[in-house]
Amino acid sequence: MNFLLTYKPFGERTILVEWPPEIKPHILQDILCFKEKIANKKIKYIIDIRTAYNSLLVIYKKIDIDFEYEVNKLKEVYKSNDYSLKIESRLWKIPVCYDAIFGVDLDVISETNNISKEDIIKRHSKAIYTVYFIGFLPGFLYLGGLDETLFTPRKGTPRLKIEKGAVAIGGNQTGIYPDESPGGWNIIGNSPINFFDTSKDQPCFAKAGDKLQFYSITLNEHENIKALLEVNEFQLESEGIDG
Amino acid sequence: MVKVLKSGFYSTIQDFGRNGFQHYGVPYSGAMDRYAASLVNGLLGNIKTAAVIEMTMTGATLLFNCDTFICISGANFNPRLNDLPILNYKVIKVCKNDVLSFGKLELGFRCYLGVSGGFETETIMGSKSMYRGITSKYVIKKHDELSIFKSSVVRGELHAKLRINKSYLETFIIEVFKGPEFDLLTNTQQEKLLTNSFTISMKNNRMAYQIEEFLENNLEAIITSAVLPGTVQLTPSGKLIVLMRDCQTTGGYPRVLQLKESSINILAQKYTNNKINFKLLSMSL
Repeated sequence: MNFLLTYKPFGERTILVEWPPEIKPHILQDILCFKEKIANKKIKYIIDIRTAYNSLLVIYKKIDIDFEYEVNKLKEVYKSNDYSLKIESRLWKIPVCYDAIFGVDLDVISETNNISKEDIIKRHSKAIYTVYFIGFLPGFLYLGGLDETLFTPRKGTPRLKIEKGAVAIGGNQTGIYPDESPGGWNIIGNSPINFFDTSKDQPCFAKAGDKLQFYSITLNEHENIKALLEVNEFQLESEGIDG
Repeated sequence: MVKVLKSGFYSTIQDFGRNGFQHYGVPYSGAMDRYAASLVNGLLGNIKTAAVIEMTMTGATLLFNCDTFICISGANFNPRLNDLPILNYKVIKVCKNDVLSFGKLELGFRCYLGVSGGFETETIMGSKSMYRGITSKYVIKKHDELSIFKSSVVRGELHAKLRINKSYLETFIIEVFKGPEFDLLTNTQQEKLLTNSFTISMKNNRMAYQIEEFLENNLEAIITSAVLPGTVQLTPSGKLIVLMRDCQTTGGYPRVLQLKESSINILAQKYTNNKINFKLLSMSL
């Protein structure tokens, strides 16, 4: 509640709220808290609230809203204290197979960063990542918290086809490709988990503010989990955390 | 039911798209020219958002397996029913075994076909709009069979009084508001953006329209933030990209302009080498 926010119109029926241009967990918490407060207030005409690293978008139903009036209303909400507010977050344990069959760029990262493949896997699966938001592709999580020794530049020429489930590193970010896609990140493994499932009411299990941790599995286990998922018999491990 | 004999260049089922799923990274999708899509539905007496076929550049050839009413709007592709010319914006009765086909593109780029009751294809997250990875089919193909909702109403031209605006198909003025990063541009950049004429590049599709001319640029990328259909991005190399209905939900390029919603419909009817001009509208705040 102590940030100096800016409010800008973004088209005819959207207000963009911006925090200082930094990627920080406490900024994310403030954004999610504001989002929750707006949603709780049930302000007339608001149909959607979207968040990213340091911004929040409020979308209205009608296209002739009075921006000044609505911005003042949002400012009031930001200042207000809502003690009933509770943001529930979860820590998800994500299985990843780092076998060379999947991890086609482990060698590149090992050479670029002068670090053994074992260390890459150890450091990648040790960190606890924060889900900042979902974007780029349906179900693509923007994660913060990658170990600095694993930062690796994106490939000069993107691959035309990256497999579904590919776990990759691009610059200072790591992520999982939820579906087959072109992409320029360095691939270090593969997760059998579905990150986007249109047959579910909530197509992504994770949401902004959640945490993620990877654990290493063998090729065999990767196949087993895939088979279990097909018959809906695999339960992802997770635990509640204080928001 | 309608049987697809020829698909045309790029035809999809579209309604008004998916709303409220963008926090999962799901694009809005929906008819590129919403005005044209809602117009056929209005003329047919359907709800505004009923599913229609959107055809791009060339039309499909369709065999009807039932009696129904159809209406065509948007681009003029010279439609024919059983090889006899028919007109856009007219509600036309079709009978079982009738064949609808299209000829040469005359005006616009996207043509919409509505049927009484609307098309009844798979609904995912509240929408029938086709999108790769979300609906099981992402484009209409030859031999496809498209169901139609049963509509009990028998009608002639019930809504012939609806006012039809065709002038938007010919205008090249794209009305815009300042985007969130507009003020970071230099005065020269702003002036060029708002006075120069721009050419649609051949890279134009449902996701985005790229502009041929470069706008000299020193702006760095921004921290990834939300984008909307109609957002005009400026890349570090000076390329202008106008995002359209199937665009991603977030992006890292400065958002210099935002199209007025009705101007997205205008741009949706433009194609490679067409010229456009951005006209700035003012907004309070």
